[in-house]
Amino acid sequence: MMPDLGKYAETVLSAYAASIVLLVAIVVLTLLRGRRVRAEMERIEEKAGRDG
Amino acid sequence: MSLWEYANPKKFLATSERVLPFFWVSAGLCLVVGLVWGFFFTPDDFRQGSTVKIIYLHVPSAMMAINAWVMMLLASLIWLIRRHHVSALAARAAAPVGVVMTLIALVTGAIWGQPMWGTWWAWDPRLTSFLILFLFYLGYVALWEAIENPDTAADLTSVLCLVGSVFAVLSRYAVNFWNQGLHQGATLSLDKEENISDVFYFPLLVCIAGFVLLFIALVLYRTGTEIRARRIKALRLRERAAA
Repeated sequence: MMPDLGKYAETVLSAYAASIVLLVAIVVLTLLRGRRVRAEMERIEEKAGRDG
Repeated sequence: MSLWEYANPKKFLATSERVLPFFWVSAGLCLVVGLVWGFFFTPDDFRQGSTVKIIYLHVPSAMMAINAWVMMLLASLIWLIRRHHVSALAARAAAPVGVVMTLIALVTGAIWGQPMWGTWWAWDPRLTSFLILFLFYLGYVALWEAIENPDTAADLTSVLCLVGSVFAVLSRYAVNFWNQGLHQGATLSLDKEENISDVFYFPLLVCIAGFVLLFIALVLYRTGTEIRARRIKALRLRERAAA
């Protein structure tokens, strides 16, 4: 299944690994912060609604 | 219906929540299909061997590094001219995505350059202008974090964005301006009849579509987060004033 990358295997694989790590990191960090901020806003809005 | 309706945060949030699933799914699909196609099912180049497979990451990320700055420039101009807060927040939301795209372009370029040019780095016009663009991105993100007043931060970062645009343009056209350096000319150009062989071209187009869609998904989501964070600040201020 794995293509024969010859003498450049390390080069190609390291480029893919670095890029995929960076892409996954920005997506995960974006989603985590988004969830945290949304939950915080809902909590504050609920409290503000209760307190009138 | 006017485009300016989306300057209303509520309208922006409602619309972005509706379209986001499409962008996440299509970005994931294009990236998986493009990268699997390029990595597993394309041949080696007769000169560059298997390193040609790096093109599916390097070219789309470099394109998005420049295009992200152009998007930030447009959003900054809208802020400076029309004072729509959503546009300033959209520019802020796009910057970290631009940082990642520029970093991928620089890292994959260095990794690719080592076996092809015999060096990780050269002070070549395109590489150098890309490094400066990366530093502008970092400065832009830092400036947003450093200033407490959001309107002042939006003003100053917008001006920084205008100045940095010179380097975004230089990154794109550096090879044409200075006919020297190691980096080749543009891989894809609308002027040429054939850019690269179709066997590399089509998976590359799918990867570019994947990067564009991922950028849109990330910016829409992050802009929504920035709008909510701004609302939290306002609610806290109101709470404090009432106490």
